[in-house]
Amino acid sequence: MPSVKIPKKSTDTDMTPFVDVAFLILSFFMLATKFKPPEPVEVKTPNSVSADKLKESDAIWITIDKDSKVYFSVSVKGDKGVFKTIAEGINTNRNLNLTPAEVTNLGTTLALSFPVGVPFAGLKQLLARPPQEMGNVAQPGIPVLDTLNNELIWWLAEAKKSFAGKKGVLFLIKGDGISKFPTFEGVVNALKKNEEFKYNLITSPEDAPAGSALAEVRSKPSTE
Amino acid sequence: MASIEGGGDSGGHKKGPGVKKAKKLSTRVDMTPMVDLGFLLITFFIFTTTMSTPNTVNLNMPKDTDKEDEQTKAKQSGALTIMLGKDNHVFYYEGELAPDGSNFKSSNFKEIRDVIINKKKSVMDRYYPDPKCEEKMKAENKPASDCRDQDFVVVIKPDAEATYRNTVDILDEMTINQAKRYALVKISDTEKMLIKATEGN
Repeated sequence: MPSVKIPKKSTDTDMTPFVDVAFLILSFFMLATKFKPPEPVEVKTPNSVSADKLKESDAIWITIDKDSKVYFSVSVKGDKGVFKTIAEGINTNRNLNLTPAEVTNLGTTLALSFPVGVPFAGLKQLLARPPQEMGNVAQPGIPVLDTLNNELIWWLAEAKKSFAGKKGVLFLIKGDGISKFPTFEGVVNALKKNEEFKYNLITSPEDAPAGSALAEVRSKPSTE
Repeated sequence: MASIEGGGDSGGHKKGPGVKKAKKLSTRVDMTPMVDLGFLLITFFIFTTTMSTPNTVNLNMPKDTDKEDEQTKAKQSGALTIMLGKDNHVFYYEGELAPDGSNFKSSNFKEIRDVIINKKKSVMDRYYPDPKCEEKMKAENKPASDCRDQDFVVVIKPDAEATYRNTVDILDEMTINQAKRYALVKISDTEKMLIKATEGN
């Protein structure tokens, strides 16, 4: 019987295009990536149809977490001296009697962009810890609900003073969706007390619903 | 790949005893480890990356004032008051709240959009030409039709049980429906009671 020869096919496949694509994706992600800043307070922002992107500039952040606790933090683009000024100012003006080491600690904590969320009475205790650990500390939040004892007013006043003369300082409110409205109101009241009436609320993007007036406006070619 | 060994004497012409045959080395490299590493890095970068910068909603609040002439005025006929309660409940009334609460209505986030649209439409239909406003629009290079909804004002009153998400959602609703005048106002006690009574059912 003549035997039929079955040609032996190689199981090796040429992986080159595959590798090419893989490395293309890799280089894209390496170039496009921006590392997430550390988020010691987890906040799930609500969605909105707003198309305005967050501008990078000096900003005073007010964070409201899901338990309606308020935190204060500052982000600075240029001059890093602001953190120290805020820390010193808050100590002198509120008579907190912090030691120089604790004031430096507060400045470093703010500079590391860790939010501060304790009443003034508890600040000394918080600052006994090294600033690097601040991300892991559970904080009770800055009291804002009581109109007479809205401590956020003082934080904002200090921050405003330290930023004096700078343009485009944003007041950013980053609130968790399930935080309660009175807290937000308290934050707004504190801002109003500081003569600040323009704020930016941080949200996640969402599309304008089809058929709405906004969708109509957006679909029109802009005349500008 | 397996062709390195063997076949020394089998084919080709014979060489002398001292002549060594040059080994043919394969130019193919095993790429598996490289690919492994590549994908590891891809997954790492995918997980650590933040692609979208967050969006922001601009919010302007008026200055608190007791002076009558500094306060913003709204016509009753064009006003729509929206109240936010707990569990995403929405309540609204048009114009002024009736003493018996008869025009106090319950709604939700799905239906409130139609309420806003209808109210805006009825205000725009009732528009009586206002030369002062139209002149102003002309000066600002805007169409005179922008005056049609000048009386339409939405008053937003979240109560203590409302969440921040509700507040942002209703502000968003203003953008969606192109309501140009709206205000965040503190809720009154009567309204609080009405909300409580309605939610109790």
